[in-house]
Amino acid sequence: MIRLHNVHKAFGQNQVLVGLDLHVKEGESLVLMGPSGAGKSVILKHIIGLLKPDAGEVLVEGKIIHELSSNDLRNLRKDMGYLFQHAALINWLDVFDNVALPLRESRILPEAEVKIKVEEVLTRVRMQDALKKFPAELSGGMQKRVGLARALVTNPRIILYDEPEAGLDPEMSYSVSHMIRRLREELHTTSITVTHSWSCAEMVGDQVALFENGSLVTQGSPKTLLENPHPRFRKFLGPQHHG
Amino acid sequence: MIARIQNFSNRFLRPVVEASGFAMQLAGETLLRFPHCFRRSRLIKDQMFEGGVRTLHVVLLVGFFIGMIVSLQVGVELAMYGQQESVGILVAVLMAREMAPFVTAIVLAASVGSAMAAELGTMKVQEEITALEVLSVDVHSYLVLPRVIGLTLVSPILTVLATWVGTIGGGVIAVTQLGLDFGGYLHNALNSLRDIGDFIPLPVSIYSGLVKSTVFGFVTAVIGCARGLQATNGARGVGESTRAAVRDSIILIIVLNFFLGKFLLH
Repeated sequence: MIRLHNVHKAFGQNQVLVGLDLHVKEGESLVLMGPSGAGKSVILKHIIGLLKPDAGEVLVEGKIIHELSSNDLRNLRKDMGYLFQHAALINWLDVFDNVALPLRESRILPEAEVKIKVEEVLTRVRMQDALKKFPAELSGGMQKRVGLARALVTNPRIILYDEPEAGLDPEMSYSVSHMIRRLREELHTTSITVTHSWSCAEMVGDQVALFENGSLVTQGSPKTLLENPHPRFRKFLGPQHHG
Repeated sequence: MIARIQNFSNRFLRPVVEASGFAMQLAGETLLRFPHCFRRSRLIKDQMFEGGVRTLHVVLLVGFFIGMIVSLQVGVELAMYGQQESVGILVAVLMAREMAPFVTAIVLAASVGSAMAAELGTMKVQEEITALEVLSVDVHSYLVLPRVIGLTLVSPILTVLATWVGTIGGGVIAVTQLGLDFGGYLHNALNSLRDIGDFIPLPVSIYSGLVKSTVFGFVTAVIGCARGLQATNGARGVGESTRAAVRDSIILIIVLNFFLGKFLLH
């Protein structure tokens, strides 16, 4: 479904990805963990086609992302959802219009069906009562949920989550992680989640991968990693693991 | 020596060339999306309201005072030669050809162009533009086209209004300071605007003002959007983009004003 093969990426002198190989099967949920600046979000941006690798290949559904024309890339992105770290909602649109935007722009559904679809997806993330609110009137957790609804509204087969728990209190963080797991069980999507939180990783991931200095340190199921942890992984988790 | 030249070009010339190239590319991309105008009509109307209705009072006030200034300065000089009756001709022609398009463009660059740069710049640094790309939304069609078309349409309308209030402002000075009759002043002013040009069979002062203001509106919007879309480095970067948008628009308006004036009148 998603494959990165020998991917290199540098920003100036800073080598962010060094010969990275990664494979996510259809229906699988991979969690990327690692220290800040390890290149986790850069991986997501390569998969969605916002960045081009300096060398190597990024394949999604068998297509090499950086070789696609802008039209083909736009079509492929319709199959993908992306939850931004700070939700990135359009400030001058209310909740309904934010979620309806990708449907209206693709002009596939008539307005009546757009309304039904948007209300359905907002109900799914429990934001059905905030249709007319603007992003500035919402808390961080509510913005994340609206962002999630916007990512889900086109029925994507792949969803990329960039630090879904960032900036949230533990209760809200748990709630968002729980929602991601529930949606995955209901919608059977393939997903990649970038997080620093072990509780989030444990809840949403089939596989957890630890990155450092642009390459993979270790990968395995949450249970395997906990039972037989790589020394670097143990150090990275630190108090989280014992807590 | 070569290292100094290289350093100078990297620090000063390269950013200018890159910014100009980006703005020209953006203008081209926007014009290519002109057929989307009907689909974006609601957004274009919103931008016309933002650019037109919200700046109307400023344009009218500035236009009125510019007309009074022109009338006062020109009238005093003409009165020394006993030619103060001609003040209406000069005020109307100057307002229509030069002052109204120029002053309107400056007001729009300072208020609307800067707002565009700040708005799009904030969207850029908060990843909203990236989010639109990820959602397969055509950013040029959704964000840039309505702003460019809206301001291009509204600029000549504001210029016509500025010309009118400026001419009336000049009339106020003609009556109160130069002792002229308002009816005679207005008659001269209107007659002066009826001269048909050689280039286009329309009143030359009117079309030259309208062409200038249309170009100024287009340029202001393109630079505002381009600078906003190039914003980086958070709030500081947005501030820099806004400042650059106003500065670049004003420079380009002054340069274009000269060349368009020369082209349209000769």
